[in-house]
Amino acid sequence: MSFEHLLQYVLSGITNGSIYAIVAIGFNIIYNTTGIINFAQGEFVMLGGMTAISLAAFMPLPLAILAAVVITSFAGALIDFLFIRRLKSPSVLNMIIVTVGLSIMIREIALHIWDEKVRSLPYFTGNEIASINLLGAYISPQVLWVLGVCSVIVVFLGLFFKFTLTGKSMRACASNMIAARLCGINTRNMVTISFMLSAAIGALAGCVISPITQTQYDCGTSLAIKGFTVAILGGLGNSTGAIIGGVIIGLLEAFSISVMPLAYKDAIAIAILLVILFVKPSGLLGAREAAELKEF
Amino acid sequence: MAWKKYIPVFALIACIIVFQLAVTAMSREFYLTQLTMAAYYSLVILGLTVLMGYAGQISMGHAAFFAMGGYTSAVITTRDLMNVKGAVLVDLARDLGLTIVEKNAYGSDIEHLSPWAALAVAVVLTVIIAFLIGIPILKLKGHYLAMATLGFGIIVYRIVLGSRLFGEADGISDIPPFRIVGGLAVSGDPALRVQNFYIASFLVVVGVVLLMNLIDSRVGRALRSIHGSEEAANAMGIDTARYKLFIFVLSAVFACVAGVFLTHFNGGIGPSEADVMKSVSYVAIVAVGGMANLWGALIMGVILNYLSLRGYFGSYDEFVFGSILIVIMLFVPEGLLRMENARALARALARLRNNLGADRKQ
Repeated sequence: MSFEHLLQYVLSGITNGSIYAIVAIGFNIIYNTTGIINFAQGEFVMLGGMTAISLAAFMPLPLAILAAVVITSFAGALIDFLFIRRLKSPSVLNMIIVTVGLSIMIREIALHIWDEKVRSLPYFTGNEIASINLLGAYISPQVLWVLGVCSVIVVFLGLFFKFTLTGKSMRACASNMIAARLCGINTRNMVTISFMLSAAIGALAGCVISPITQTQYDCGTSLAIKGFTVAILGGLGNSTGAIIGGVIIGLLEAFSISVMPLAYKDAIAIAILLVILFVKPSGLLGAREAAELKEF
Repeated sequence: MAWKKYIPVFALIACIIVFQLAVTAMSREFYLTQLTMAAYYSLVILGLTVLMGYAGQISMGHAAFFAMGGYTSAVITTRDLMNVKGAVLVDLARDLGLTIVEKNAYGSDIEHLSPWAALAVAVVLTVIIAFLIGIPILKLKGHYLAMATLGFGIIVYRIVLGSRLFGEADGISDIPPFRIVGGLAVSGDPALRVQNFYIASFLVVVGVVLLMNLIDSRVGRALRSIHGSEEAANAMGIDTARYKLFIFVLSAVFACVAGVFLTHFNGGIGPSEADVMKSVSYVAIVAVGGMANLWGALIMGVILNYLSLRGYFGSYDEFVFGSILIVIMLFVPEGLLRMENARALARALARLRNNLGADRKQ
């Protein structure tokens, strides 16, 4: 394998990996404030992409993306208001079943709104054949957009959780729900905010990747599985871990294509997920002590 | 009185017979086709009910075991052995009488392995795989268990979809009928509708009786204690890992057997049988039936599968199962068919009547 080939694989791995990392971060935000794994996380990505595609017909692209992010985050809030808040004494099993049900419902609603056609947003800069030469490897300008948006999201979240009052309150919910409530934090609203934030991030990711990967009503499920794999690999709830995990999974997938049929690409990530779950469910950067307190 | 607990079983058998007679009398026997299929799917659901409701372990990959049974049998019984000579295994199978020579659709003779052999291979294979995958998977709990079983299901789906052996996206068709004894055969032949309905019903009744006894046994009590609190069960000296594994393998075998029979009944199998959505709909039906409620699961399994197979939900099929999951979990997490619900309804009615009575007196 020549250097250019290697670089090409690495770049494609990093691109896919950063997409998975954004989805994983979406999982982490909700998991941290509620302890729920939101199985409908991938549907936020799909919803964001689809809404932006529809809106882009009437308005300039940046505005359409902004509107799509806002609409999807309201959908996230709606899900919390209508379903998550109404769960009486939710057990983990019930939570799983509800979010799985939600993911199916959102997907089916999307199918009836948008039909089963594959759509995509236009490239943000340039077009399908525009490419940038990087040390002999060729990448689409959209890849730079993906990487840029990922970095912005990560930095923004870092600042948000560290310096704003809302961010700090959400972290308080994560470490101890009852103590947070005793300090006068409205934990219910924090849950709503976490759903909105997670949906918004998912929607933004859905818009940025749409020109490359295309958007279809059922594209969320496989993204959710990959995102979950990444979240587990990095240690559930750990955003730095999510980025490292994302890049690892992305690279493994990219290189797997060179040795195995493409049909098994999805199976690779899942096989990795199973291995991690069996060997070290606390993930790469997950603390062992913290892991022992959680329910594996 | 030991026989008292079998009253529902006799009622079930009576229902089956009455239904068949009524349908035949109305010459509406085509209803039986989907009902037979629904019965086989209910077999999967019965196994899953014991795993989820009694042992408290979620599995979102049970369609994989169903597909494992169906595909194993399909691959084994569609291979033409007519021109295979001298292979040790094939000769051994011939000597044991495990091969069948039949005419295919084009009138030429083909020789294939007996579905009985296929059933045995499928069950053994499923037991081995469920056992091996169950050991690490059942150490997980909650979200992790759900994701791991889901992941297992997706891997099986991808393998089925991606390999030539399993016919890729087309699946496998032209599967020969499963001749049980004498004239009894599992096949989609319209003339055999009534007997196929009884074969499927027979399997369901056997399955129910088996699981009823299992639940009332030492094993059943152990499983319920695991559901209540695994730590407490462990402390009481129950080998929780062993019991969980046992019930996981058992429910996998239920799914596998259902897969083998339904594949021969349909005469074909496609990758959609291994789809994640199938697994989710099984979970949905177990939830509607009331989790730890065999009869609820059976009734809802037959009704919902029947409606779905008859196409009553149209293009909203998945939507229906998705909303069932949510509505049940939000409003009646204990399931629809429970005595408490009936009693609560009766109480509410009584209160309403009293109030009306009080109003009238004033």
